[in-house]
Amino acid sequence: MLNKLYDWVDERLDITPIWRDIADHEVPEHVNPAHHFSAFVYCFGGLTFFITVIQILSGMFLTMYYVPDIENAWESVYYLQNEVAFGEIVRGMHHWGASLVVVMIFLHTLRVFFTGSYKKPRELNWIVGVMLFGVILGLSFTGYLLPWDMKALFATKVGIQIAASVPLIGESIKVLLAGDSTILGAQTLTRFFAIHVFFLPAALLGLLAAHFIMIRRQGISGPL
Amino acid sequence: MHRGKGMKFVGDSRIKGLQHRMPNVPKDYSEYPGKTEAFWPNFLLKEWMIGAVFLIGFLLLTVAHPSPLEGKADPTDTGYIPLPDWYFLFLYQLLKYEFASGPFNIVGAIIVPGLAFGALALAPFLDPGPERRPSKRPLPTGFMLLAVASIVFLTWESVANHDWEAAEAQGQIVEEVEIDTADPGYEIYSGAACISCHGDNLEGAVGPALTNTEHTAEEIAEIAVNGIEEDGEQKMPPSWEGSEEDLKVMSEFIDGLSE
Repeated sequence: MLNKLYDWVDERLDITPIWRDIADHEVPEHVNPAHHFSAFVYCFGGLTFFITVIQILSGMFLTMYYVPDIENAWESVYYLQNEVAFGEIVRGMHHWGASLVVVMIFLHTLRVFFTGSYKKPRELNWIVGVMLFGVILGLSFTGYLLPWDMKALFATKVGIQIAASVPLIGESIKVLLAGDSTILGAQTLTRFFAIHVFFLPAALLGLLAAHFIMIRRQGISGPL
Repeated sequence: MHRGKGMKFVGDSRIKGLQHRMPNVPKDYSEYPGKTEAFWPNFLLKEWMIGAVFLIGFLLLTVAHPSPLEGKADPTDTGYIPLPDWYFLFLYQLLKYEFASGPFNIVGAIIVPGLAFGALALAPFLDPGPERRPSKRPLPTGFMLLAVASIVFLTWESVANHDWEAAEAQGQIVEEVEIDTADPGYEIYSGAACISCHGDNLEGAVGPALTNTEHTAEEIAEIAVNGIEEDGEQKMPPSWEGSEEDLKVMSEFIDGLSE
């Protein structure tokens, strides 16, 4: 039955080459912790991706209750945390996942750096990786404001001040992020929500696709 | 692809018929050097199992440590000491040093982080040699170790210098319920047995707080008269000994405290 279904699709779309591209490649000995335990350092990238998937899924569920508006944002998070079934766990996954993904992407960066894997021909993939690092930090920064509690508001104030101190374009960045040149309020929250939920995830998915296509094209770097 | 003369348009397709398709058979990895393993499904299955173990640990963390939520944002509170999430602490700490704050703010806020991030992004071009071993390229290795050490040191300094108790106190969710002690309801409450278990400000003592009860006025009156019995156990004894009118005034007063 499954075979027939596969054949039916394959006959029309010729999916076998795509499938073989994605799934059918060898895992060399030097990156396989089953053979050399120290090769666990090669797992950090995969773990970063795993937690990113957790972040996307838990975030999707959070938006089912969250309201991006200064009157109700805090109330909705409080309700989600204390009243909604498993809300505490879903929010907990998103909260702790945000910390873990930063840890994992940092360790992954260090692994790639110290194994010299960014060298020719993998320069482009390294640059995409650094951009991904920036996007993840941007997601952390914008997500921190969304519960609209005291630490969120005041940490964001400091963050926006830092952004405003960029020469020449600082003021424009500030207005773009905060929605106003002086007030940090309703407009800021909706801007941060839009950036956190639409703009940055879109950039993240695009960069991730580029990252993975490049690693499939080039394969993993050889042993030292 | 069949192009050029003789091209059929109707029913034409770049996808070859069944007889020309690539067979869906995995490669034979036994010919590869070393202990190479197929990604699908052998290696992925192992990864999947590690991922499951990781996920269990992660879920235990979320249950053991509920994510924090401070009081609702109040922009008028000027005394609040801000603190970013822990992974930005090193940057926050850097801005506290004299050479990176005040008139030199641009050093701490833009130049140092900008140089570090820029150097990271351009690492392949700053370190173009063919050597990959860290020991064979001392400069990049040294700079990276220095950067990591600075991040660890700055984060440590920031954590050590932060007043965590004050931070916890300033962020607490405060239940703002003002008790009007002149209210006739309060006078009845304080004159009755209720006050000995539920506290002078209804904040709770032996009994729970009454400032945010989910019961309606009628339910409160009923509980005051009959007490609460659960599973054969007397959670609260029947306590009311006053008049019906007083009971009504008091239960409406208590109900009015919870919005």
